Amino acid sequence: MGGRDATMVLLDENGIRCDGRKVNEPRRIMIKAGGLKNADGSAYIEFGDNKILVGVFGPRDVHPKHMSNTDTGILRVRYHMEPFSVGERKNPAPSRREIEISKVIKEALEPAVMLDKFPRTAVDVFIEVLQADGGTRCAALSAASVALADAGIPMRDMVAACAAGKVADTIVLDVNNEEDQAGQADMPIGYMPNLEKITLLQLDGVLTPEEYTKCVQVGVDGCKIVYDIQKKALQDKYFGNGGD
Amino acid sequence: MDNKRKYVIPGDVVTTGPFRPEQNVELQGNKIISTTIGISEIYDDSVKVIPLTGKYIPKINDLVIGKVISHTSLSWELDINSCYVGFLPAQDVFGRDFSAHADELTSKLKSGDLVAARIANFDRTRDPLVTISDRDLGKIDTGDLVKISPSKVPRLIGKRGTMIQMIEMATDAAITIGQNGWVVVSCESPEGLLKAKKAIEMVDEKAHVANLTDQVKEMLESKGES
Repeated sequence: MGGRDATMVLLDENGIRCDGRKVNEPRRIMIKAGGLKNADGSAYIEFGDNKILVGVFGPRDVHPKHMSNTDTGILRVRYHMEPFSVGERKNPAPSRREIEISKVIKEALEPAVMLDKFPRTAVDVFIEVLQADGGTRCAALSAASVALADAGIPMRDMVAACAAGKVADTIVLDVNNEEDQAGQADMPIGYMPNLEKITLLQLDGVLTPEEYTKCVQVGVDGCKIVYDIQKKALQDKYFGNGGD
Repeated sequence: MDNKRKYVIPGDVVTTGPFRPEQNVELQGNKIISTTIGISEIYDDSVKVIPLTGKYIPKINDLVIGKVISHTSLSWELDINSCYVGFLPAQDVFGRDFSAHADELTSKLKSGDLVAARIANFDRTRDPLVTISDRDLGKIDTGDLVKISPSKVPRLIGKRGTMIQMIEMATDAAITIGQNGWVVVSCESPEGLLKAKKAIEMVDEKAHVANLTDQVKEMLESKGES
């Protein structure tokens, strides 16, 4: 129920974290491409206990018209948490936090999506968090990228995302809700694996320069794990299980 | 040929080297990268990816099926199943001596009418200009509209038109395929019409199956006997 246990051990002497994971082990990740009939592209992700559904529409007409750009298409992202996604009912109106996450996800996707091919149009990404358990922005970004590919929007690369952080003075991969609340730092990273470029990097907490470098490295390694799962999700939908 | 075909997703490196990037690929350094989910094909000097998903993007000289959505005093607007509307100027239908006050646009095409049209011009700055002044183009009076995914149109046509010819031969139907994924089927006999529509829907659903031609053939023949 989100209540914090004061006696909880975040990292025991054997290097095992509060949910039984090792230091560089992500949570269980499952991605499914497609699934929504009425959206042009969609994806569903389970990232530990996070459950997120993403629908993509477009390219399509821009409404209101004045938002359209004659040089390029525009990307619009809405990140929204369901009232039942957290322990205590969340007001469904967009909060300050949701507006921020919508913005950072949009900016993390923009370098990958080739919107210049569709001037005067919009691509809409709708992210619905059904269940939240820390690290939703990374999970949402990973799922949004799969949904965009499913919609057939041209992209330079996929965007995979994973968080890293500092818990009990150790750099760990993929911080969960408890570690996020009680830990020392949380760093969500969005990464384009083939171009080897970072599209999202936020940091909440204090790190030394050495820790920072290590944290980025750990996070990028996590993104590569996520990328393999994204790839598999798309291959399962489009090429059967065979892939190549 | 077969060993050059590969399933790719966005970001995958299709090949490296001096190739000309064509559809759905981008040159990054010396790598050629796929920008969509599809099947990559490498030719002697060029590379392309055949998309497996995505909306219809108009291309000059494409034959499309459009639906009239509205008109002004000078032009019609066609829904061509794309993110852009097709723009059909009245001169194209009435000829050069068209005059906005003498000619009534609705006398030729009304809202809801289906037309076979060709993309005459399209660039990034304007909506696609379509024309119906050519052989086999113009208003479609009879037939049923079947909507399929635009990325599966090449599959419906088949290699050198084999698939569509087979369906036409087996059902005696006349089928007009728009590159935008809209297909008009007309047939004298209701059974043939139903069968042709079913065959088209089958291609849309099972586009990834390897021996689809045989399966469609089987379906067409089996129904014929019963």
